[in-house]
Amino acid sequence: MSQTVASQTEYNYKVVRQFAIMTVIWGIVGMGVGVLIAAQLAWPWLNFDTPWLTYSRLRPLHTNAVIFAFGTSALFATSYYVVQRTCQTRLFSDKLAAFTFWGWQAIIVSAAITLPLGITTSKEYAELEWPIDIAIAVVWVSYAVVFFGTLIKRKVSHIYVANWFYAGFIITVAILHIVNSMAVPVSLTKSYSIYAGAVDAMVQWWYGHNAVGFLLTAGFLGMMYYFVPKQAGRPVYSYRLSVVHFWALVSLYIWAGPHHLHYTALPDWTQSLGMVMSVILFVPSWGGMINGIMTLSGAWHKLRTDPVLRFLVVSLSFYGMSTFEGPMMAIKSVNALSHYTDWTVGHVHSGALGWVAMISIGAIYHLIPALFGHAGMYSVRLVNTHFWLHTVGVVLYIVAMWISGVMQGLMWRAVNADGTLMYSFVQSLEASKPFYIMRFLGGVFIVAGMLVMAYNTYRTVTAKSGSLADSAKAQLA
Amino acid sequence: MTSFWSIWVIVLTVACLALIFGLLLWNLKNYTGVEEGESCGHEFDGIEELNNPLPKWWTIMFFACFVWSVFYLAAYPGLGNWAGLFKWTSSNQGVTSMAESKQAVIEAHENGERVQLDQEYRAADERFGPIFKQYASQDIETLVKDEKALEIGQRLFAQNCAQCHGSDGRGGLGFPNLTDNDWLYGGTPDKIKETLLNGRVAAMPGWKDALGEQGIKEMTAYVLSLSGRTVNQKDADAGKAKFAMCAACHGMDGKGSVAHNLPFGAPNLTDNIWLYGGSQRAVEETLNHGRQGVMPAWKDILGEDKVHLLTAYVYSLSNAQ
Repeated sequence: MSQTVASQTEYNYKVVRQFAIMTVIWGIVGMGVGVLIAAQLAWPWLNFDTPWLTYSRLRPLHTNAVIFAFGTSALFATSYYVVQRTCQTRLFSDKLAAFTFWGWQAIIVSAAITLPLGITTSKEYAELEWPIDIAIAVVWVSYAVVFFGTLIKRKVSHIYVANWFYAGFIITVAILHIVNSMAVPVSLTKSYSIYAGAVDAMVQWWYGHNAVGFLLTAGFLGMMYYFVPKQAGRPVYSYRLSVVHFWALVSLYIWAGPHHLHYTALPDWTQSLGMVMSVILFVPSWGGMINGIMTLSGAWHKLRTDPVLRFLVVSLSFYGMSTFEGPMMAIKSVNALSHYTDWTVGHVHSGALGWVAMISIGAIYHLIPALFGHAGMYSVRLVNTHFWLHTVGVVLYIVAMWISGVMQGLMWRAVNADGTLMYSFVQSLEASKPFYIMRFLGGVFIVAGMLVMAYNTYRTVTAKSGSLADSAKAQLA
Repeated sequence: MTSFWSIWVIVLTVACLALIFGLLLWNLKNYTGVEEGESCGHEFDGIEELNNPLPKWWTIMFFACFVWSVFYLAAYPGLGNWAGLFKWTSSNQGVTSMAESKQAVIEAHENGERVQLDQEYRAADERFGPIFKQYASQDIETLVKDEKALEIGQRLFAQNCAQCHGSDGRGGLGFPNLTDNDWLYGGTPDKIKETLLNGRVAAMPGWKDALGEQGIKEMTAYVLSLSGRTVNQKDADAGKAKFAMCAACHGMDGKGSVAHNLPFGAPNLTDNIWLYGGSQRAVEETLNHGRQGVMPAWKDILGEDKVHLLTAYVYSLSNAQ
């Protein structure tokens, strides 16, 4: 650990620290809003008849906060850390890196103000209006300059696989954001998409699915490729597997968007093509999971003592599960049952809470001591408590949405002997209510875990440098 | 799509799949110059990479997916303008009106094309059509006494009408209550059926410019007085003097179009039933800006037989047996 402390003069850890701390804070905010709207679905009066507290305005706030505030802050923090350490060089520009931090926080704050006010483009996961969109593009291009600048001045010959994934994610998100956000402004707070009809829908879901594919998958695979081998103290299982699954993943994901638009006005050929690519995508997705989990061979015993490693490994299991589920749901005949039901919501959260959140939390628990000059977190027991709170929360959430979703799908298609539908919509809603309460409880567990994390982080950060021992002996093998 | 774009799609798709396939084959061989299972020799911040082969079961899955994708893209539309060996389509894509759609259904059937939506509709009609036909031949008064018929009618109502009129048929702001025997276009079975089949369009004009602020206040007072509300009598009298402009639709006594056998759907203003709210503010809003009411036509969506059963159900809501 003394090595890490010494190298702080060499590497820029300030921006990494800032993003790492904000990851924890935005995690609590984003997931907290999620719990509130989950409660509103069970008890609608919780919007208190206040426009800016209504589900319709808080739902985009929740998604933006968890994806772009929590998730993306974690990506900023880890990518800046990983690219410096694996390239053995300081960030390309400290000033530009600082600009990405303050710029990104300003964007998040403006989102937190405009969305509850009802200012929205109404494009899912791209609700922010055009002035904020321009700001995002500027900050993101600066991020790319810092990242690629650092890669170029690296002191090692090869580029490590984690950086391939970060690089792919940064480039693709820039393209997706700029193309999908093209709009004609009519005022400072209102614009209209330059695309119309089915084309608009297709561009939106090309963006939407690749926000999942590149931001929430490729970026976090980059995270996985550094923190899993590092925490386990084992070499990466297969270099060749990483070559195949990286290129196959990035080239297949970009086609998969149309599976969000099955049985719509989108032409048949687009739907089928999107489905074919989505199904094949299953294999390279599992390539990443295999490479991560097999990296643990020879180090499985560490799972007993190291809850940080547990976060990382369980995140990979959820990754494998949701990347199997996703391609299945992309098959048209399965989609006919699952689409528009809570099953989709469950699927998204098994990816978001199981994969993205768990790998980020694990990475942050690895980072915080390293960044603040400690051998370990303030309390490993609290990390373990967080692990169980989070795991129980995710399982409650996913199981509730699976049952509710499949039940809704079956109720909507049930017909009587005369061909009329057996249930009206409101009956399926009534049947879902118990599961909405169960989902809410899952969310409460998860936010409780995040609060434990915040306390643990606070105690670690404020402890005298070097005073915390590595109580999880497995942490640095 | 033009043949340029068709070729574009085909080339990109095939090239993408072929490159990934090639990549897979290439990585099945050990080209690294390092023994399998050994470290590749690079080290990044202490992390090494082993040169393990691709897992066999995973490789087999990859091959299986490729084989499946070739068959799927041959069988179904996907590669540009290639229609697929099954000649399957989900629906008649590209139609832009009801008339074109109807024509396309007939043509697709005559040409034996596999249009899934048409086929499903046809199958449902063949299976369930006779049930509805049987009820269509009975008159409404008979059906109102037939519990089974009302049950089917209720389900049709829940799926098609409840969105606006509520699952209990008691309506909401802007959507008439169907259970109170107060009718905008008449409550006889024939009139209800006419409303269901052909829909209704109601337009109350806005009087803001014609009446001015004071005029709206006076007219509101008069309109409220018609249903026995306590109002400023001076305002109400002033409103009454101008009521002739409203009488064309609502009648001089304000009892609405049905009472006067007029076709406008203008509500009775004397019965304290309010389609858009009966508060002073709501009535002022209605008078200032007018109201537009639209009931869609269900003839082409449900067909006459189902509408007949729905008529019986809606009629039964106000005429409990």
